[in-house]
Amino acid sequence: MSDSIAIDLRNVTKRFGDVTAVDNISLQIRDGEFFSMLGPSGCGKTSTLRMIAGFEYPSLGQIYIHGREMGHIPPYQRPVNTVFQSYALFPHMTVEQNVAFGLQMKGVDKASIPGRVKEALEMVRLGSFGARRPRQMSGGQQQRVALARALVNHPEVLLLDEPLGALDQKLRKEMQLELKGLQERLGITFIFVTHDQEEALTMSDRIAVMSQGNILQVGSPTEIYERPICRFVADFIGETNFIDGTVREANGTHATLATEEGLHVQGYTPRPVQPGQSATISIRPEKARLLPVNGNSTPAANTMPVRVERVSYIGSDTRILVRAHGGRSLSVWEQNTLSTLDREAYWEAGDEAVLACPVDNALVLTE
Amino acid sequence: MIEASSKTQARPTVRPGFRLGTISWGNWALGTHALLVYLFLYVPIAVLVLFSFTQDQFGTRWTGFTFDWYARLFSNDRLMGAALNTLYVALASTVASTVLGTLLAMAMERTRFRARPAVDGLLYLPIVIPEIVMALSLLAFFAFFFDIIEFVTGATLRRSLTTVTLAHIAFSISFVVVVVRTSLKNFDMRLEEAAADLGANGWKTFWRITFPLILPGIIGGALLAFTLSLDDFIISLFLSGPGTSLLPVEVYGRVKRAITPEINAISTLMLMLSMTLVFLSQVLQRRR
Amino acid sequence: MAAKSLDPPQRSDRLRTWLLLGPGLIYLLIFFALPLVVIVLYSFLTPGPRGNVEWVFTFNNYITLFTGDLYLSAYWRSIWSSLLTTFVCLLIGYPLALFIVRSPPRWRVVLLFLILIPFWTNFLVRTYAWMIILANNGLLNGLIQALGMPRQTLLNTEGATLVGLIYGELPFMILPLYAALDRFDFNLMEAAADLGANRWQAFLRVMLPQTMPGVVAGSVLVFIPTVGQFVVSDLLGGAKVDYLGNILQRLFQRSNPPNWPLGSAMAIVFMFVLTVAIIIYFRGTTEEDR
Repeated sequence: MSDSIAIDLRNVTKRFGDVTAVDNISLQIRDGEFFSMLGPSGCGKTSTLRMIAGFEYPSLGQIYIHGREMGHIPPYQRPVNTVFQSYALFPHMTVEQNVAFGLQMKGVDKASIPGRVKEALEMVRLGSFGARRPRQMSGGQQQRVALARALVNHPEVLLLDEPLGALDQKLRKEMQLELKGLQERLGITFIFVTHDQEEALTMSDRIAVMSQGNILQVGSPTEIYERPICRFVADFIGETNFIDGTVREANGTHATLATEEGLHVQGYTPRPVQPGQSATISIRPEKARLLPVNGNSTPAANTMPVRVERVSYIGSDTRILVRAHGGRSLSVWEQNTLSTLDREAYWEAGDEAVLACPVDNALVLTE
Repeated sequence: MIEASSKTQARPTVRPGFRLGTISWGNWALGTHALLVYLFLYVPIAVLVLFSFTQDQFGTRWTGFTFDWYARLFSNDRLMGAALNTLYVALASTVASTVLGTLLAMAMERTRFRARPAVDGLLYLPIVIPEIVMALSLLAFFAFFFDIIEFVTGATLRRSLTTVTLAHIAFSISFVVVVVRTSLKNFDMRLEEAAADLGANGWKTFWRITFPLILPGIIGGALLAFTLSLDDFIISLFLSGPGTSLLPVEVYGRVKRAITPEINAISTLMLMLSMTLVFLSQVLQRRR
Repeated sequence: MAAKSLDPPQRSDRLRTWLLLGPGLIYLLIFFALPLVVIVLYSFLTPGPRGNVEWVFTFNNYITLFTGDLYLSAYWRSIWSSLLTTFVCLLIGYPLALFIVRSPPRWRVVLLFLILIPFWTNFLVRTYAWMIILANNGLLNGLIQALGMPRQTLLNTEGATLVGLIYGELPFMILPLYAALDRFDFNLMEAAADLGANRWQAFLRVMLPQTMPGVVAGSVLVFIPTVGQFVVSDLLGGAKVDYLGNILQRLFQRSNPPNWPLGSAMAIVFMFVLTVAIIIYFRGTTEEDR
């Protein structure tokens, strides 16, 4: 993976009438990266992708592709190709004609087209489907045709707009692996837009989490999950417990929060906070532990007495809903490492317990 | 959260059955009603076709089979001339209204301009306005302008096949626009984006992608314009000049005098032509 | 995010718009809008003795229309027969459209095609077919006589006109109704039944309101041409009584001499009445929709 920059967005804003779809974002995507833009619908991820493709032009700011400013260059002169959400295969052309279209438009030497088309179709394992029409193929096959049609042009960057959205769960998992494998083999930069966090976590080298036209955080899947820098990211990626409170002490990397009920919880601060500031503690349910009540122990940091409310056994783990004094509900997931039917080994509703969370697994977040 | 995000986007496409419970009284009633309506619609047509082959010279009774009336038809210069005139007008107005209507449809669906709502209204008016009002306003219009031209240049113009054609174009355009607009609306805009993404400029995108895909719509619009012109009676009656007879006008004139088996025969032929055109347009739609 | 960007360069866009729009728009302005202006103008001019038009401004044409019994009764007759035709077509058409929608798909294509044929067939030819049936020595009278009854006068009656109008307009009612019913989700009927509505209540409260756009479209499609018709009353009604269309045709074409200014005024009042009627109808039906 080289360190040169494939896509460079500088202060890009996109407005549609009164609506600001993308609000002054700056972003650099490296060559050969599998980069995902993740966010709920309407967060601006698709608009950003469409601006890179050239279907929309930025209201403000610049887009560079390999150092070249795109300005108002139309899509057909840009060195990128797109895999569309609903594939957008030309229904009046065969699969081969679809794949050949881009090469014909580029004015590629006619004699070399059939070979390249065949190669592209074999790459997506559709070598024998060239003469079919798109509508005679399954969703997964159409998806692969769309991929071949884009990749045959050797784009500098491949843009994918929720390409797996229309596939069923099982096929989607398969395609995720296939896409990732293809990207690693070809070394082309992929920019992948999705609202499915699991998809983004599985495939990406880096992820940009977007909301309301802004990029909230850019980082590796681990960074995004383990060290979200704000409440929205922690909430959007995975599941978490939030405990609101006021910062009591802060020392640069850690802070102590006082909750309404008078509890003190300590946690790691991805961004510096000031005493007196209101903040939220985020504790992932699988990072919290539930311990038996030990009569003589003094309340240590980051423990709180709770009562078990509901226990749901879901196979790989057990999800336990507990209620703290003061009425707050929290969830704790315990992995089922034991292999036993012995009910004694599990928690039951009504049990008294102590919830504990290591300081570094509790995050103090603002906003 | 992780589970919740894996929603599938399957949409039910199967038409649910309309069950009325175990009682089939409603179904029987509907079925009987349907049968009667179809009889009501088709018995007159069947009678017309049948009596174009009768030997009865009044054409209202069955007295034996004959092809005579068809033979006479084809040797009737006046009727044949009227038929040719009608075809000529229909072809000319179809070509013109299809071209103008397709351009208008493209403008309405693919460009933004401030007068859009006004143009939209103007385009719908010829469809909803009573045909007779359109016919007599065009009659007055041509008379008015022929007078002006005569006053200015001294040249005398008369109503002719040209005036009928101009009028037919005026009322066909809107119908073509409606049909072509529908196919443009159903056209997936992302296909154009995909073409641009693959390197096709606007011109190439139109001819390689958009045009082939809306062509059935354009042909559908043309067939509609052709049928409208062939079938039109009221505008033809008002706007054809003396000596330039059109088939529906000719038939009307004869029918007013008497029922004849010859009229039965020409009506049957007109019916067959309409059926063929409907069939063509339906085949076209199914292929989409 | 389908909205068009406002930002890209616009000059070539505007040129393209006018190249596409220009020809058709100019054509319609000349050959559709201008003629309407001409008859508005004519309606205020004076008819000449030889069927010509004299450039003398007058309100007389409108006064004649509203004082002459002949014209008012023709308006009434036309509107009344159109309302009746529309209503009967709706009554016949709705259950038929329902039947077609509920048929198995293969049948549906055929049944619909059978509606399309008369829809596209020459109106004159279809009216003429009824002349053969209703003629004095025609098919129906043959049937009546075979049953031992005396021959009836069927043709050239107002009843014949009405039958001809219903026959002619029925397909124009059925197709929009079919389109509306085709979009209707029949699961809603089951939901209504589940909530305790009987079939009639479910129809009135759920199906009819949902298919109202089709009812409105079909009614307008039937009503407008029927008000202005003259062919059916000419051929089947024997031109015994005057409908609006008959008078219009006569004023412009046949009477000695023709009176275009009066005809123009009549056409303009006609359009005005039609517009008002349709607005009232739309109001009534959309309120019911709520």
